[in-house]
Amino acid sequence: MKQLSIFIENKSGTLLNILNVMKNAEIQIIASMVADTQDFGIYRVVCDNPDKAYSVLKNEGMVVTMSEVFAIVLEDKPGEAANVISVLTEGGISISYIYSFLVSGKGILVFRTSDTELTKKIIKEKGLHEFA
Amino acid sequence: MDVKSPYLHPEYETLSREEISKLQTERLRETFEHCKNVPFYAKKFKEMNLSVEDINSPEDVRKLPFTTKQDLRDTYPFGLAAVPLSECVRLHSSSGTTGNPTVILHTQRDLDEWANQVARNLWMVGLRPDDVFQNSSGYGMFTGGLGFQYGAERLGMLTVPAAAGNSLRQIKFIKDFGTTAIHAIPSYLTRLYEVMQEQGVDPRKDTKLKVFAIGAEPHSEEQRKRIENMFGVKAYNSFGMSEMCGPGVGFECKEQNGLHFWEDYYIVEIVDPDTLEPVPDGEIGELVLTSIRREAMPLIRYRTRDLTRVLGRTCPCGRNHVRLDRMKGRSDDMIVLRGVNIFPIQIEKILMKFPELGSNYLITLSTEDNNDQMTVEVEVNEGTDDFAKLQSLEKEIRHQLGDEILLKPIVRLVSKGSLPVSEGKAVRVVDKRKVYQ
Repeated sequence: MKQLSIFIENKSGTLLNILNVMKNAEIQIIASMVADTQDFGIYRVVCDNPDKAYSVLKNEGMVVTMSEVFAIVLEDKPGEAANVISVLTEGGISISYIYSFLVSGKGILVFRTSDTELTKKIIKEKGLHEFA
Repeated sequence: MDVKSPYLHPEYETLSREEISKLQTERLRETFEHCKNVPFYAKKFKEMNLSVEDINSPEDVRKLPFTTKQDLRDTYPFGLAAVPLSECVRLHSSSGTTGNPTVILHTQRDLDEWANQVARNLWMVGLRPDDVFQNSSGYGMFTGGLGFQYGAERLGMLTVPAAAGNSLRQIKFIKDFGTTAIHAIPSYLTRLYEVMQEQGVDPRKDTKLKVFAIGAEPHSEEQRKRIENMFGVKAYNSFGMSEMCGPGVGFECKEQNGLHFWEDYYIVEIVDPDTLEPVPDGEIGELVLTSIRREAMPLIRYRTRDLTRVLGRTCPCGRNHVRLDRMKGRSDDMIVLRGVNIFPIQIEKILMKFPELGSNYLITLSTEDNNDQMTVEVEVNEGTDDFAKLQSLEKEIRHQLGDEILLKPIVRLVSKGSLPVSEGKAVRVVDKRKVYQ
């Protein structure tokens, strides 16, 4: 899945500025995440039209990059996230960051790992359900 | 040496203006002849058709050519030596900031005269051979170390080469050795006071401190007063520059009303930095110094780039050597931070090595908790999804800047377009230290 990563300073108005740019381009945000940081951070966004979002943000002079992240669909029952992560952990993978959101009752787990190729292989082998 | 006398060298310190003028003329003529040993000067004198007969007063120095720091770099390392190297006994060098470093050579007589100037200054503010002098200044190539060491010894004081830093040890020395005087940069003294407080040491009760010599970094009158009030110790402003010798060139007397520049050693001019014409007393201009008592490397009309003004040419202390105001800034863009000379171009050079960074940056100098510090803000150019990469980028910039400018600034990565862009020449340095007021 495509995700946008936008460099942001910890300064009042920075986030609103980004959101307004996306609003004006009629882009809908599906999920987004930023950890609390001291001086700067990375605002990560999943949206309905990442290619368009990338170009409008870039045109506004923002420092943005587009990358592939993993997105796994979870069944609507307890322990599902633990099951997914345990499969990866057993395979020797560590998680760089993770967040999740809900789409039509299903949980979506978004993450990046230390080893992209190995993660792909494990997902395929274990038959984990990727979000399209 | 009469310990009751307020003067260490009364034969020079109490000269009348007329006598100073006569001595300067004599020494300028000697220096002119001596400089003919330097091809750089010999060529200029010839081109300008100058002879010693042109020099009949100190003001005639205006007929002579200027010397700049660039001239020192261009003739690196020994091009301005006026004596064979075999007669030189010491070399000091400034860091090679924007090109070649500058090299300053000394003969034994130069070192003796340098020590004499520092001793004169310390005597002037009341120090005598029974005092204990702790030199909490960097040693090595920085002239504040050896300069004060030899000067304090020349005066006859017990001298402790404590060097910079390690506050706990400094405080132990002050207490155990009965230190009465310290030379340090002003920001270090405020730091020392903080550590004393943490250790429960009251400088007024637990130490014998009475005199501070402060210099090598710009500081305001307010900062001096604060230091004096913290410790209950008089703090005297010192001016030095390695091109002239080092510390000793100018020093405040007990009146604390400007620094006496020793006119038996230097001809002092204040000029308009643009027209290079002299400005009237009281007006701010660039300090230009001619060393008239140096053997190894006399410099003629050296442009210091420091801005100041003449406060007076007489003084209640009985010394008629010109009094100059504390330095008001620089006529170039050099930054002086914690005794270190830094040019913004050095910082730019490092920042531009990182492809992740944009070309816009801002250097801010500020005072936090009595410590002067530098913050470098730089715009990020390339996006990344890896937060650790940004952190290590920040760390790497800080590390490389530290290697270049010898102190570690705070580095802040900021978004593209968030730094002010001015019309024409960009503002790269904001000084919030307010030291020049």
